[in-house]
Amino acid sequence: MLILSALVSGLGLGSMYGLLALGFHVTYASSGTVNFAQGSSMMLGAVLTYSFAVTFGWPMLPAVLLALALCALYGVLVERLAVRPFARRGSNAWLMATVALGIVADNTVLFTFGKEPRGFAMDWAGGSIPIAGLSVSPLQIAIPAAGLALAAALHLFSRRARPGKALLAVMQNPDAARLMGINVPLAISAAYAASTVFAGVAGILIAPLFNVHSDMGTVFGLKAFAVAILGGLTSAWGVMLAGLIFGAAESLITALLGSNYTHILTFALVIVALAAMPNGLFGRAEVKKV
Amino acid sequence: MIRNLFLVLATAVAFPAAAQDAIKIGLVTALSGQSARAGEAITRGLAVAIDEINARGGIQGGPLKGRKFELVRRDDEATPAKGVIAARELLFREKVAVLFGGLDTPVSLAIVPVVNQAKLPFMGPWAAGTPITKNGAKDNYVFRVSAVDEIVDKAMLQYAQKTFNAKNCGMILINNPWGESNEKGLMAALKEKRLKPAGIEKFGQDDIDVVPQLTRLRQAGADCLFLVGNVGPSAQVVKSLDRMGWKPPIVSHWGPAGGRFTELAGPSARDVHFIQTYSFFGKQSPVGEKVLKALMAKYPDVKGPGDVTPAVGVANAYDAMMLTAAAIEKAGSLDGPKVRDAYYRIGRYEGLIKTYDQPFSPGRHDAINENDYVWTQFIDNQILPVGMKK
Repeated sequence: MLILSALVSGLGLGSMYGLLALGFHVTYASSGTVNFAQGSSMMLGAVLTYSFAVTFGWPMLPAVLLALALCALYGVLVERLAVRPFARRGSNAWLMATVALGIVADNTVLFTFGKEPRGFAMDWAGGSIPIAGLSVSPLQIAIPAAGLALAAALHLFSRRARPGKALLAVMQNPDAARLMGINVPLAISAAYAASTVFAGVAGILIAPLFNVHSDMGTVFGLKAFAVAILGGLTSAWGVMLAGLIFGAAESLITALLGSNYTHILTFALVIVALAAMPNGLFGRAEVKKV
Repeated sequence: MIRNLFLVLATAVAFPAAAQDAIKIGLVTALSGQSARAGEAITRGLAVAIDEINARGGIQGGPLKGRKFELVRRDDEATPAKGVIAARELLFREKVAVLFGGLDTPVSLAIVPVVNQAKLPFMGPWAAGTPITKNGAKDNYVFRVSAVDEIVDKAMLQYAQKTFNAKNCGMILINNPWGESNEKGLMAALKEKRLKPAGIEKFGQDDIDVVPQLTRLRQAGADCLFLVGNVGPSAQVVKSLDRMGWKPPIVSHWGPAGGRFTELAGPSARDVHFIQTYSFFGKQSPVGEKVLKALMAKYPDVKGPGDVTPAVGVANAYDAMMLTAAAIEKAGSLDGPKVRDAYYRIGRYEGLIKTYDQPFSPGRHDAINENDYVWTQFIDNQILPVGMKK
């Protein structure tokens, strides 16, 4: 009973990590870079939606759409300002630059949105549904559903739609893609925009369960990066699955052993898993021809 | 002629300088993040007290007569490391006469060795961890006008038994030094009455889901919960209880008072009964009315008692500042040990929370005891005494 309830909440959190990790995957696979401050993107999704829906009083759908559009814009900004100048020169400084931009975003929100955590109640998210003897919050169904739906959508997009296939081509071989006439810089920008949109969606979904404040994404972002590495940065389904595994492990450990040991054990497990499979659970080794 | 002029000018310059040197009072508290409102409340309590003292001419008598007070603040971001850095800056660079602490017990605990070593007085207007004042130092410079965990814990058990007829209470505590301090206090209080808790569960500051810990308490047959945690984590406990569909009585320390509890926790927030040292609702003493009026005059967003949230921060800080000013006046100097000894010499003072009579003595550095507590709950956004109609 305890285990079942822990699994349910673990899968919910796990899909959050998976969504954030999907963002890492998309940008890494297409450009070999990531937005290290993915947690800030998640926070922006939640904060912007809260601002439009609650502070300005707009109906939910336009609020969410505009918030996600702005997240996409933020993603393009991250790529332009913090990644492209360094990646172009073959430097790894985009690692720190994206972190710095994330800190700037966090603090800008701190000054404009305010210092206090705010509660984001959504009518459909309250209450509980009895399923198999458990009280399940509608969010705990919505979050995994949204996560898997987005992963599936990404998969379909990259296999069926032309722009998607172009992105896949860039992921597989950027030089050949460029030679075939694909606009590689545009594809990378689009990948970053997609990555922040995924993070924004995760932020919006978690907000009613948690609260909205400028710091909310930091811990999530860190864990999501561990999840992305665990899943193998090059595999979309891999990172999603790794997210679910990590979330479930976290929840089960808390339920069975108490929250003192959660962080120690989950990250120890990540280390053990990577020691056993250095490319992540589902990744493939990259061959670099010199 | 020139020499006379020089002498006159020198004297003219010297005197105003002496009178203008404001006595700095330092404040280290959370000014951003979850506990920002609490930090703002402490600031307001101190500011109103300082305004009142300065308005009547500053220090009334003794060698420091005529000198006024000035408040210098630093943000500790609820982090012990940052709190210590801020404390050092205020003590050694700004040279504050007395350092006021903030909301978080872990931060205050980190600052205690610094002030005891520097032999400078520290006044806690909020953080309730028992070891802050009862720190075992032979030469103790730490005072407090606030609740004390070991006394609050006794009061919590008493309230649970009296109001809810609780027989088997479970503890759900935040996993940090404040939670530990209360675990000790609650165990001691239970032991005194030869009782045992249904269970002791801890939860983390960033935990979203506390259902596993609460389920264990429910399975152990808990008929009442002792809750200790700041406003955010406490809200997560309430939300988890909602998801479980479990409604035990919840007797809490004052964590929920630190922010917008109802907004974060939802409608079940009103089921949490928590302790306060003061409420601006109901009939006020003359001091209460005076302070309320000063708050409304100074801060345009305060239009009534409902806007003084959290009230404890303001009330504790106000009385703490008044007592501190009395100590500084009695000491006649800003020397740390002299001010500390002067605290012991404070006699009768009609304060906001109560009328103090020799509030401090060697070995007793806490001015507030269990007879001064008030039990309250959140009704919408306001903290009202339990049972009081809005």
